[in-house]
Amino acid sequence: MNKTSIGAVLALSAAALSGQAFARDTINIVGSSTVFPFSTAVAETFGRGSFKTPKVESTGTGGGIKLFCAGSGVDTPDIANASRAMKASEFDACGANGVTGITEVKIGFDGIVLAQSKAGKGFDLSLKDIFLALAKDVPNDKGELVPNPNKTWKDVNPSLPDTKIEVLGPPPTSGTRDAFAELAMEGGCNTFPAIKDLKKTDEKKHKAVCQAVREDGAYIEAGENDNLIVQKLVANPKAIGVFGYSYLEQNTDKIQGAKVNGVTPTYDTISNASYPISRPLFFYVKNSHVGNIPGIKEYVAEFTNNKAWGPDGYLADKGLIPLPDADRKAAAASAKAMTPMPKPAH
Amino acid sequence: MQDQTQPTTPRRTIDIVNASLKKRYARERRFRFMGAAAVTLGLLFVATLFADIALKGYTAFEQTYIQVPVDFDPAIIDPEGTRDPRTLADADYLAVLKASLRKLFPDLTERSQLREVYALVSAGAPQQLQSMVLSHPNVIGTATDVWLIAGGDVDMLVKGNLDRRLPEADRGITDSSIALIDRLAEQGRVEKRFNTGFFTNGTSREPELAGIAGALAGTFYTLVLTLILSFPLGVGAAVYLQEFAPKNRWTDLIEVNINNLAAVPSIVFGLLGLAVFINFFGVPRSTPLVGALVLGLMTLPVIIIASRAALQSVPPSIREAALGVGASPLQTQFHHVLPLAMPGIMTGAIIGMARALGESAPLLMIGMIAFIVDVPKGFTDAATVLPVQIYLWADSPERGFVERTSAAILVLLGFLVLMNLAAVLLRRRFERRW
Repeated sequence: MNKTSIGAVLALSAAALSGQAFARDTINIVGSSTVFPFSTAVAETFGRGSFKTPKVESTGTGGGIKLFCAGSGVDTPDIANASRAMKASEFDACGANGVTGITEVKIGFDGIVLAQSKAGKGFDLSLKDIFLALAKDVPNDKGELVPNPNKTWKDVNPSLPDTKIEVLGPPPTSGTRDAFAELAMEGGCNTFPAIKDLKKTDEKKHKAVCQAVREDGAYIEAGENDNLIVQKLVANPKAIGVFGYSYLEQNTDKIQGAKVNGVTPTYDTISNASYPISRPLFFYVKNSHVGNIPGIKEYVAEFTNNKAWGPDGYLADKGLIPLPDADRKAAAASAKAMTPMPKPAH
Repeated sequence: MQDQTQPTTPRRTIDIVNASLKKRYARERRFRFMGAAAVTLGLLFVATLFADIALKGYTAFEQTYIQVPVDFDPAIIDPEGTRDPRTLADADYLAVLKASLRKLFPDLTERSQLREVYALVSAGAPQQLQSMVLSHPNVIGTATDVWLIAGGDVDMLVKGNLDRRLPEADRGITDSSIALIDRLAEQGRVEKRFNTGFFTNGTSREPELAGIAGALAGTFYTLVLTLILSFPLGVGAAVYLQEFAPKNRWTDLIEVNINNLAAVPSIVFGLLGLAVFINFFGVPRSTPLVGALVLGLMTLPVIIIASRAALQSVPPSIREAALGVGASPLQTQFHHVLPLAMPGIMTGAIIGMARALGESAPLLMIGMIAFIVDVPKGFTDAATVLPVQIYLWADSPERGFVERTSAAILVLLGFLVLMNLAAVLLRRRFERRW
């Protein structure tokens, strides 16, 4: 049986390889699930023109960049979407596999909201409150780190309601969780001068203290499906959910966003950066594929067109928060010229 | 004397039985009751699940349409009057549509108002006009009433999935948009029709345009190839192991391993597929070919086990009789034993295929979790399958995808029921008992 099956597999893959030897005529896009809705919207519009609709895979940022950096050739992706900037280590890995000349395009922002059912009273949190409610270890009165003793929001901040801390959020594999830890938790963490100073002396320790989320049941990992979190919030008005802004926008009849540092998450507050928990989104283009795979330049042009990523564009309808006008212009020009990016600082 | 203890008569067996009889009956009744309760509870859960999905999903089989008098302006569509298909295909149908919509609401002139008007119809409406013009070029220059697909929010409102009694800020659709829709509805320009697009379109980012044709085609190619790969191999392996292989430690080991493989979590097959088929043999990612290789490996043990059981149930007298009249062992197997075992083998194969149909975890690793608009046309086109499409839609923020997700689940369940029904019927119809 073994011999037969290996033979069959060999024969089939040989047939597949001979078919694959010809150039691909569809663009291959991989990467972040956060950029996925935007990338697919552009891909679909682009596919209505004279090119084939690109294939967009939702692999997560890290997995996408790994595939993207695996080499340059028709069997590797042309574009990687990312919900964070490419790391220096990833850039090096790319270079080691012969992937040099990568164009970085910053496409806009994504806000992360803490939301609650409409039936709830509404929250006004500071980053410090978020850190004190969700961190694994928090400083006590003397400034020593102790396992988080806070059970209710009132414990965190006397002005908050006396309800149990119950936060539904994404699991550690999610880019949303990374960004939440980095922007919200670390932001709150740095309000303690002692911990902030730690960053200069022991960066690793600082990160561990600031970004570790408690595991005693107050933070509930609710899976990658944000629609599910929305449903659970409706069922439990006391709980708070953590997810991308677009889910809040689509469900304004059911849930409300909590104010963070006194700012309500809206399109405008995220765009002008007054809402503190927002992150930039990117995509990366493999320059060596431009010209070999038809349509890459045109796809990038479609994405960086004001019709798509502008304030009135169709991506804004999907929940993308556009870059400020000047930045957008600069980014579009650099994308058009396919300027290779320098090595990231870290 | 009365206080003397009465001589104990030896208890007869029948007394012991009689004494415990009531208890034993009660015990049996309890067991029966618990069994019935378990089954009822199970059925109740299944019924709730199905009812929930059906209730959420049935609306997706209808689609709201808006009737717009479209002015097929030759100045926009075909300025030179050549009727060249290329010119007609590349014409700016969005402009045609916008001009017609403006005419429908002549009182609205502000940009924000017009944006609302344009949003009434779907982003796919220009395509509708384009295909109309391409198939009937003589509409150019006329004004024709066309039923256009309504936008996602309009569709949700008409179907009652957005509650118009809520305050404007909470609703996701503005008062002025609702007023526009009501105006159209009064003129009889809003209508719900059967949603053929759901079965003929590929997926889309716009819920009102999204359909399952791409996923269905991908599923079809994947399953056909899975069957081609796993069925002959599985049956051959079963015949060899059951009828020809010597019974020794090696075949025992193989048997244990096959049984183990049948229980291996499917994601492991996905990892294997990624490592062996994609990275080593270079089979293209995201294609039905690599999907079928993985799913074929997964269904192989199921088919082997079912086939061996079916072969085992063919009585030895058949084999002996065939051998006795001079058939070779191979002839015995292929002319007599295998045909008699076929109903059982087919049942096993169908159940294995039904499992492959519902599988999404191993496909995660081989790139079939992807946004693919074009309906695949072959085994090496990028494709996705029905369970993956359901997963992707369930994860989309747009409200319209909630009903699409449930509707796609209904279709998948329909296929699963059909396949399992076929397995049962085959068994009923052809099974022989000795």
